[in-house]
Amino acid sequence: MKKEWPLWEVFIRSQHGLAHKHVGSTHAPDAEMAIKNARDVYTRRNEGVSIWVVKSADVVASSPGDKEALFEPAQDKIYRHPTFFPVPEEVKHM
Amino acid sequence: MSEAKIEYLLRLGDSALILGQRVSEWIGHAPIMEEDVALANVALDLIGQARLWFGYAGELEGRGRDEDALAFLREAHEYRNVLLVEQPNGNFADTLVRQFLFDAWHHALLEGLSQSHDPRIAEIAVKALKEVTYHLERSSDWVVRLGDGTEESHRKAQAALDELWTYTGELFAADAIDAELVAQGVAVDPASLREAWLHTVQAVCEAATLTAPPADAWMQSGGKQGRHTEHLGYILAEMQSLPRAHPGARW
Repeated sequence: MKKEWPLWEVFIRSQHGLAHKHVGSTHAPDAEMAIKNARDVYTRRNEGVSIWVVKSADVVASSPGDKEALFEPAQDKIYRHPTFFPVPEEVKHM
Repeated sequence: MSEAKIEYLLRLGDSALILGQRVSEWIGHAPIMEEDVALANVALDLIGQARLWFGYAGELEGRGRDEDALAFLREAHEYRNVLLVEQPNGNFADTLVRQFLFDAWHHALLEGLSQSHDPRIAEIAVKALKEVTYHLERSSDWVVRLGDGTEESHRKAQAALDELWTYTGELFAADAIDAELVAQGVAVDPASLREAWLHTVQAVCEAATLTAPPADAWMQSGGKQGRHTEHLGYILAEMQSLPRAHPGARW
């Protein structure tokens, strides 16, 4: 039997944020306790209004080795950015 | 009239303070880092509640004793905490079962006190209740996981329950102080909390595959009147040594 508790990734939605942001990880025997541990470790200073946890083992990540193939082709395609439209003076805060 | 209220406030404050001090003994020694932080949070909540009860008690008393004087300059026989909270931390199951038995009572008590006719007591109870709701959730979760965990964790949790049970009777025993304040609508009748407490304890024990000892078992008492187990003296010796050696010391 494995003695170590599984690792959980913790996501917190802050007071002003709309999306949950990854803040770190925590060990816990199960999902309920993971929420509680995340609460105790990551929201002590009034950081959050909502918590998500997900088993670290369930996170599928891109490989650092694929970085060039995945991301470099986007670098020279500036036409994908909406920067070619003149913004009228009256429109502020774009 | 306010004599009884001061005594009652000291009972509330002392139980919170002594459990807070006990739980804080785990800091740096908990089984994992997350528990270390969680136990510290609970301890700090309780010590914060004690400060509020002491602050009010000191004001009513009007002898210039502030929260520090009440916490650090009283002897064991002047302490009014229930015996349950001064019991040793033991192993992790001992600590969590003690916490659970206390939290289930504390929660019901604060719910009642939030309706107190004394607005200051009601205000403190409302604030503390939010913290204690979380304490109870957490300690219940732990009791279930320990009881319904491995063979060893089950054995330790059951042993803790059997050992600590004798200190739970005192939680529901009323004396003249309680009676006087209940009549004024200031305090909660301890006996009225018993049913809700038993219900919580039995539900959690069932989920935890633990067996609660008989409700009519022989019970210890005396903490509320200042008759303590030998453990309290050691707790106070550690907690009070610095303020007594260096009166008025500040950070």
